[in-house]
Amino acid sequence: MSVIEAVDLHRTYRTSTGTIRRKWMDVEAVRGVSFAIEKGELFGLLGPNGAGKTTTIKMLITLLIPTSGTARVLGHDVVKDAREVRKRIGYVFGGERGVYERLSGYDNLRYFAELYGVPPGEQKQRIASLLELVGLTGREQERTEGYSRGMKQRLHVARGLLHDPPVVFLDEPTIGLDPVGARELRATIASLVEGGKTVLLTTHYMFEADALCDRIAVINRGEIVAHGTPAQLKQNVAEGAIVEVEIFGIPEGTVERVRELPGVNAVSVEEREQAQVLIVQTPADVELTHAILGRLNGANVGRVSRREPSLEDAYVALVSSEE
Amino acid sequence: MKVLRLLAFGWYFQFKAISRSPFEGLFQIIWPLFFATVAFLMFRVGTDPKTLLYASLGAAVMGMWSATSTTASGAMQRERWHGTLEALVASPPHFSLILLPITLAMSTIGIYCLVATLLFGRFVFGIDLTVEHKVAFGVSIVGTVLSFGALGFLFAVSFVRFRAAWALGNLFEYPVWLIGGFLVPLVLLPDWVRPISWVLAPTWGMNAIRESALGGTPWPDLALCLALGVAYVSLGVLALDRVLGAARKRATLSLT
Repeated sequence: MSVIEAVDLHRTYRTSTGTIRRKWMDVEAVRGVSFAIEKGELFGLLGPNGAGKTTTIKMLITLLIPTSGTARVLGHDVVKDAREVRKRIGYVFGGERGVYERLSGYDNLRYFAELYGVPPGEQKQRIASLLELVGLTGREQERTEGYSRGMKQRLHVARGLLHDPPVVFLDEPTIGLDPVGARELRATIASLVEGGKTVLLTTHYMFEADALCDRIAVINRGEIVAHGTPAQLKQNVAEGAIVEVEIFGIPEGTVERVRELPGVNAVSVEEREQAQVLIVQTPADVELTHAILGRLNGANVGRVSRREPSLEDAYVALVSSEE
Repeated sequence: MKVLRLLAFGWYFQFKAISRSPFEGLFQIIWPLFFATVAFLMFRVGTDPKTLLYASLGAAVMGMWSATSTTASGAMQRERWHGTLEALVASPPHFSLILLPITLAMSTIGIYCLVATLLFGRFVFGIDLTVEHKVAFGVSIVGTVLSFGALGFLFAVSFVRFRAAWALGNLFEYPVWLIGGFLVPLVLLPDWVRPISWVLAPTWGMNAIRESALGGTPWPDLALCLALGVAYVSLGVLALDRVLGAARKRATLSLT
C-alpha cells in the first residue's frame, strides 16, 4: 500500500465577475491528478505559480474537498476519514502568516502540541529538540511578531513536526528565504527522509527538486505533464542543446519571433540584474545561434553560449509545450 | 480529561493572546464607561439607592455583552487575518473544542468591563456597591460569562462559513441591551418582544446578577442562563461539521 495515493483528483473553483450583473464561472485548478508515493520517499510536485500544486496539497491535508476523484493517506480517505488523516500528517506552508504574532515562538508550539495531543510530559523536551533542529534555540521566548520571515518559516517547520508525524507535506517551504536559510532548511528536509518520514514537497525551484527529490511530478495547468526521477526527466531533453543569449533590454515580441524558428523546442526568458537571458532549447544536431541572433531586431547582445540541458530546461520544455 | 485539558489550555492560550495588547485592554475598560455614564445620569433622578445599583449592574453587563458580541464574532476574522484558521481546522480535534475556548476567552475579557464599570460607578458617582449574596453574585457572573461565550461560539460558527458574519456581533450589540433588560425592565417592552428575550441567555444572566446583588433568588435565572448556553453550544457543534464541510467544499477557509 502506498503512503499517499491520489487517483484522478479534480478540483474546480467557482468564481464570479461583476457586481450587479454577476457572471459565474468555473475554474478548473486541478484536472485529473494521479500519483502514488511510497514509504520513505521524498516526492516533489514541481510547477509554475497557479499550476495547482497548493490546491493538490490542500486536498491531501483535508483542507479542501476534491470535486471528484479520491485520495488516501496511510490508507485513510481524505474526505471520509479526515480526522485520522490529520492525526498522522504534518504540514508546512510557505510564507509569514499562520502564527500567533503576539505570542512567543514557544507559546505557539505549546498550543499546537496540545492540539496534536503530544503528551504533557513530553512537550517540553519535544519542543526543545525541534527548536534546536530548526535553529531557533534562544529565541523561543520572543514574540513572533519580531521574527524574520525565515524564522517564522522555521517555526512552521517545527510546528509541522511536533507530533512526529510519519507523513509530512511541505508547500514551497523555502520560498522567500535567503540562500543560507534555504540551504539549512533543505538540509532539514533531507534529514526528515533519512529519519524514515515520507515527504511530499511542492516547489518551483528546479535545483531544489533536483537536489532533494527521489521522484518528481511536473504539474502545469492542473495536470501532471511528466513524472519520474530527476534523471529521467532530464533525459527528456538530454538529446537537445541549450543556447543562451544575454540581452540588455529585450525587444518586444522576441520570444514569439524566436519560437517561430524551425527546430526551436522551447523559449524562455530569465531576468539577471541589468540583462535578460534568452534561453532557447534546440535539437543537439541543429545549429541555430545565428538564426536566433537574427531575430533580435538589433538588440544589445552580451554573452552567447551553448550548453547541455539541465532539469530546469526539462521543466521549461514540459511547461512550454503545454502552452 | 483530555477534552477538559484541551478546553482549559485553549482558553488560557487565547486569553493570553488577546490580553497582550495594552491598547486594546485600555479600550475595553474605557469604552463601557461612556455607556455607564449615560445610565447613571438617567437613573440618578430616582431617589432609591437600589435604583442606582440596578443601573450600575445593567451598565456593567452592557459592557460585558458589548465586549463579547463584537469581539467573539470577530474571533474567526482574526484567525483568518493571521492565517491561523487553516492551521486550526487541519489539526485533529473536533473544531468545536478549538473554537469554544476562543470565544470563552473573549467573553472573559468582559469581566474587565464589569469591574471597571462598577468601580467607576462607585468612585465617580458614589454608588453603593453592597451585594446581598456575594457567593451567588460571583457564581452568576461566571455563569453569565460562560453563556456569553457560548453565544459567541454560535456567532463564530457562522463566521467559519460566511466571512462577513462578523457583522452579526455588531448587529446584535444594541438590540440585546434593550431586549435583555439591561437598563429598561422587560415589563415595559411590548409583549411580542418577550419570547425573544426568553431565548437570550444575557436576559437570564442579567436577572441572576441583579437578583443576587439586590437580595432576590438568582438560582432559577442562573439555571436558565446556563441551560441556554448549553443549547447554544449544542446547536453550534451540530452546525459546525456542516459549516466546515461547506467551507472545505467552497474553498473559503484561506480567504480573508
